[in-house]
Amino acid sequence: MITMENRIERVFREKKNNILSVYFTAGFPELNSTNVVIDELRKAGADMIEIGIPFSDPLADGPVIQHSSEVALKNGMSLKLLFEQLKKQSTFIPPAGQAGNQQPAILLMGYLNPILQFGVENFCKEAKECGIDGVIIPDLPLQEYLHEYKPIFDKYGILNIFLITPQTSDERIRLIDSHSKGFIYMVSSSSTTGIKAGINTTQEGYFRRIKKLKLKTPLMIGFGISDRNSFAKACEFANGAIIGSGFIKALEKGTDLKTGISNFIKSIK
Amino acid sequence: MNYQVNEKGYYGNFGGAYIPEMLVPNVEELRENYLKIIYSDSFQKEFNDLLRDYVGRPSPLYLATRLSEHYQTNVYLKREDLNHTGAHKINNTIGQVLLAKRLGKTRIIAETGAGQHGVATATVCALMGLECIVYMGEVDIQRQAPNVARMKLLGAKVVPATCGSKTLKDATNEAIRDWINNPVNTHYIIGSVVGPHPYPDMVARFQSVISEEIKMQLTEKIKRDHPDYVIACVGGGSNAAGAFYHFLDNEKVKLIAVEAAGKGVYSGHSAATMVLGKPGIIHGSKTMLMQTDDGQITEPYSISAGLDYPGVGPIHANLFETGRAAFVNATDEEALKAVFLLCKLEGIIPALESAHALAHLEKLKAKKNEIVVVNLSGRGDKDLATYIEKMQ
Ligand SMILES: Cc1ncc(COP(=O)(O)O)c(C=O)c1O
Repeated sequence: MITMENRIERVFREKKNNILSVYFTAGFPELNSTNVVIDELRKAGADMIEIGIPFSDPLADGPVIQHSSEVALKNGMSLKLLFEQLKKQSTFIPPAGQAGNQQPAILLMGYLNPILQFGVENFCKEAKECGIDGVIIPDLPLQEYLHEYKPIFDKYGILNIFLITPQTSDERIRLIDSHSKGFIYMVSSSSTTGIKAGINTTQEGYFRRIKKLKLKTPLMIGFGISDRNSFAKACEFANGAIIGSGFIKALEKGTDLKTGISNFIKSIK
Repeated sequence: MNYQVNEKGYYGNFGGAYIPEMLVPNVEELRENYLKIIYSDSFQKEFNDLLRDYVGRPSPLYLATRLSEHYQTNVYLKREDLNHTGAHKINNTIGQVLLAKRLGKTRIIAETGAGQHGVATATVCALMGLECIVYMGEVDIQRQAPNVARMKLLGAKVVPATCGSKTLKDATNEAIRDWINNPVNTHYIIGSVVGPHPYPDMVARFQSVISEEIKMQLTEKIKRDHPDYVIACVGGGSNAAGAFYHFLDNEKVKLIAVEAAGKGVYSGHSAATMVLGKPGIIHGSKTMLMQTDDGQITEPYSISAGLDYPGVGPIHANLFETGRAAFVNATDEEALKAVFLLCKLEGIIPALESAHALAHLEKLKAKKNEIVVVNLSGRGDKDLATYIEKMQ
């Protein structure tokens, strides 16, 4: 097997700041939008793409992503179907290491239960075949990951991204840092997704505190980042930022998916 | 066999704490402190005083003679329906509110299905002068209207959960989201033996007073410290956990948990988790869960709002897997029949939830000399509208 550099790690090696990661829910707004959205985000210059696996009970999400998940499930999206869609998509995303900078890293973000039912090993295997670089599983705790799942993810070279929040102790942040590869997802405020907009001075204090810890792993700020201002502000304190609910809202509005996406990305960077 | 939680938060293969990082500080704070606080002298005194003087414990263990005659056995009813607020739920809310105060929390949130847990939470918050927000599914708000009025009267804010099936699962989702958004001043009083560790163990300990009393009361009445059967209904499983707790290690006692079969186990309108479920993750713990092949949680159904839940506490998933407890079920219709029978023979109007436990007496065929304890988890005032409709 040829070991290629993980695209997440490459993104952070090649770019130190203003890294843009965009989240969207697979199968939203239409069942077959998944690959269109990925392709448009790639063309528009997103550095990373987080594909949400819709779940019936997304505990960490606010109304916008709850709604997109509900629509996606109603459209008939499932993990199995998502992998089938992504396999078709690999024809226009060349393998890592060939096309340089413009190849975004691709992550799957989803809750643990659908992954457990799919089978964790099976999930990793399929994900690898689809060119997935990493996963974000908000309800998979660090300890369970280390004990049960890490060897499987490692075997397939898929990075597991951990979250930290304003309430996470320095001690725990150091622990998470020691087990992290790729980046740490720094949740900007104590909230579910899409609730608190923008960045205030309390949050800046938290960002400064984390910056001072001089962690080995790069940081991406997410939650509440939705426009040029909040993106730029977040990038002052981290290597980049993640936009989720803001982008989902734009998808919902857009009459034409393609121009909608390119206009949205232009409005950010 | 050990049926208690282990140091990692598991009952056999079930339990754990599958929570987003946002909840880790709160859940860790609880995990590190709950046993220390609960078993401190000051907590024990305050807890036991309130259970006696405010809740009215011990609740009677009543030999239902006419019901016993009807079934040709000895049926004792553990009268949790006589507790203040009308159900077992208050045993847990008193415990958790005292814990929350000791952790310095000023804002209390809860989920509720039948509204009994919501009322019990609103009650203890009034008692302690704490702000109280209760999440309740929109469907349940309609079918348990008297409890909604009660909560409001007691000063709680009732927030409708409008997603999914708009029942208990969805109310729990909203409560968890509230906790994520208010991590510092808020304690989440979960109403059953569900949720991430240490909740299932903590709630089971608060409810264990039920079996502690059954043991003492039976000894007093018939000089036996255990019955042959304990029967309880299971939504999340807190009244069952409490009624089973002190008998778990006495294999002579047959433990029977009754789930809601709704319109029939395989009708597509059911909440019989042990029959229809597979291991999965709901509300922070690994347990038996009704779900699709794709791992989406399915929407359950029962006439009883308190049993209308697609999961079950991890302690029960383990009792099921090890065979320590038998898991059976009763349909809407069987439960309603049991309601009318208890009214007629004993002059007691049971809650729809508890009626599922009573309904199993039909199938149990206990022997004449055997002792059966049914946990009468709550009274039926909240279900009057349903009963009146079905009477005609
Ligand atoms: C009277 C009564 N019994 C039983 C239940 C079910 O809960 P659990 O299984 O936790 O005892 C409820 C829940 O609302 C209830 O109100």
